[in-house]
Amino acid sequence: MSAQLSTPVDAPVAMRPLPPRTFWGRALRHRSFVLGGALSLLVVASALLSLVWTPWSPYEIDIASKLRPPSAAHWLGTDSFGRDIVSLLLAGARSTILVGIIAVSIGLSFGVCLGLIASAKRGWTEEIIMRFSDFTFAFPAVLSAIMLAAVAGPGMVTSIIAIGIFQIPTLTRLTRGSANAIWAREFVLAARASGKGAFRITIEHVLPNILSILIVQATIQFALAILAEAALSYLGLGTQPPQPSWGRMLNDAQTMLFQSPMLAVYPGAAIAIAVLGLNLLGDGLRDLLDPRLARER
Amino acid sequence: MLKKLSIVAIAAALAAAPLPVLAQSKKDSVVMGMTLEPPGLDPTNAAAAAIAEVTLYNIYETLTKINEDGSVSPLLADSWTASPDLKTYTFKLHKGVKFQNGEAFDSAAVKFSFERNAAANSTNKDKSLFQAFEKVDAPDAGTIVITLKNSEPNLPFLLGQASASIVEPKSAATNITQPVGTGPYQLGAWAKGSSITLNKWADYRNPSAIKLSKVTIRFISDPAAQAAALLSGDVDAFPRIATRVVAQFKADPRFTVLIGGSKAKTIVAINEKKKPLDDVRVRRAILAAIDRKAMIEGAAEGFGTPIGSFYTPGSLGYVDTTAINPHDPEKAKKLLAEAGVTTPLELSLKLPPPPYARQGGEILAAQLAKVGINAKIENVEWAQWLSQAFAPNGPHNYDLTIVSHVEPFDLVKLTEPDFYLGYNSEAFNALYKQIVSTPDEAGRAKLLGDAQKMLATDAVAGFLFQPQWPTVINKKLKGVWKEVPQFENDLSAWSWE
Repeated sequence: MSAQLSTPVDAPVAMRPLPPRTFWGRALRHRSFVLGGALSLLVVASALLSLVWTPWSPYEIDIASKLRPPSAAHWLGTDSFGRDIVSLLLAGARSTILVGIIAVSIGLSFGVCLGLIASAKRGWTEEIIMRFSDFTFAFPAVLSAIMLAAVAGPGMVTSIIAIGIFQIPTLTRLTRGSANAIWAREFVLAARASGKGAFRITIEHVLPNILSILIVQATIQFALAILAEAALSYLGLGTQPPQPSWGRMLNDAQTMLFQSPMLAVYPGAAIAIAVLGLNLLGDGLRDLLDPRLARER
Repeated sequence: MLKKLSIVAIAAALAAAPLPVLAQSKKDSVVMGMTLEPPGLDPTNAAAAAIAEVTLYNIYETLTKINEDGSVSPLLADSWTASPDLKTYTFKLHKGVKFQNGEAFDSAAVKFSFERNAAANSTNKDKSLFQAFEKVDAPDAGTIVITLKNSEPNLPFLLGQASASIVEPKSAATNITQPVGTGPYQLGAWAKGSSITLNKWADYRNPSAIKLSKVTIRFISDPAAQAAALLSGDVDAFPRIATRVVAQFKADPRFTVLIGGSKAKTIVAINEKKKPLDDVRVRRAILAAIDRKAMIEGAAEGFGTPIGSFYTPGSLGYVDTTAINPHDPEKAKKLLAEAGVTTPLELSLKLPPPPYARQGGEILAAQLAKVGINAKIENVEWAQWLSQAFAPNGPHNYDLTIVSHVEPFDLVKLTEPDFYLGYNSEAFNALYKQIVSTPDEAGRAKLLGDAQKMLATDAVAGFLFQPQWPTVINKKLKGVWKEVPQFENDLSAWSWE
């Protein structure tokens, strides 16, 4: 009996994965996706490259050659400690991406779980989770980072945790909202009728159906995490010296805005590229992964 | 004719009219910038130099005054005499002085102030100085006699510091927020986090000597904001401005840049109570790793003179000890190996907010990394730094830190058992005792030289440089000190051209 039912129930599960050829064919024609993908790839490639190679050591301080203008040796010049700007930007990408990935992972793992539990259990469980999420939502990442830094001292771990916590409520709300819509669908009713438990339905039917929304949101959260990391490092609560970070480069440059304005432009541009790239990529993914939009096209 | 006359009269009246207007608008107020806001306004109960920068010689006065060149002149005391053994000082007090609350200034107030500073619960930063007083006598209202346990040749100088401010007994407890002194200025308003306004005190004993009727002190910690405030005209003077922004004012005809010497010592403090930093070889290795020139350039934009000990060039008996621990990374590695330290040696490096510490810290960490010492930077706020690293009764929870000791002639600190460096040397304590009990200057100078060499040889700290403090002021502002013998702003001398 269950074997017979399983076919029609399972059929509409995941929005049928599009054939790769069609996906990539559409993807490559999607301007936001291509531009966003290229910019994001540039940032990721810089971070990966910095693991094996930078023109100069980003930690090497050479006071004698501080604040040099761009030259063949230092393509974008040097900062107030005589460190090579290009090397700092490359290595800064590494910190940024590391913080982004871990923080978004924290946000995703907690946020999605809580959202799915709220949606599956309903009632008091949902109330408690959602009110808790509202409560957390009221604290911006910077504020929670300041509180954490006061307790645990500033640093990369502090900023990762603060940004991660800040991501949880957004993802909880999104997951719960999307999951609620799936729980009301006929195939879920059919699955329930066939005796599947809430846990199994969540894993087999709900999660696959909201995955595309989560991927899109994760991309946007990644961009927000990068901004938050830069802000925290700028305030001295994030990545600590000598670890290179775009936010700290901005902070250093700020004191010399009148003498070397370009020192602020480079990390600013790097942050803008990373955030713009991820936002465009998120937009593109939303269009490409949403079956309704795909059909309309 | 009449018509002509009336035209002339009108013209004359018009020409004359702006004069009183001009006279009225002649500026008699100043906006001064300061990097740090004081935690309170009682210089006798806290160590923050910002308190003295606001209050010393402005709100409170001292028996003596330390002048721009470091010399000492009378202030609340008209004259003083010392016994030949420099153990008894007699001060004759200025007559007719009143406190800002109307109480009379007399020897009882001086006795009260000094005994309060020496009390067991006193938090005066120079408590040891006041505890070294055998007794303070007030034979009459105009005389104060201080008897010391040991001779102290510098007493008139030391009593010109903010920590020796004379307070009024009834108001002393509330001085933190409502300061009462004998000085020419009174606290007008304090907008916490933003500014302090000082108003000229109408009943000051010599009101005509005070040119400015109002001084607003704005607190701006960010270097770029400091520069912007001066450029926009929001601030007329910025003593001890961030060194990073000074260059742009040198070529600007609207401003005067004063580069002053100091008696300050910027050092890498090493916690000698912690292992393996209690081993002199490890401390010497740290010193050998430090390139002072790079530190001065990177931490203070070149505004500094290298020092090798806890003493500054230009002071009595100064000797150049920079060659005792020269920059030699190879020697540093050897010393670490000799001391049996496994590298990389992990140390914490706590950095307070000023640029010399934050910038200097990054350079120090890079220099230490080259010899196998991994200094983990931890940026802290002043309050945390004071409580964690510096406080005499605190946990002294740090390995390395960078700080500038701005007090002049404070070798005595190294004899205090609970000083944060943890340098407890019997030999040094004995030598210091000998210094203060030697009345003749030549003999004292020689002993001071020995003391400096001892501190350098013991590698008590990474002695970096004597900072030079840049001050940027509006070109028309006169009377601002260039030299910085101690942290203070003598507003009574300031005036507009």
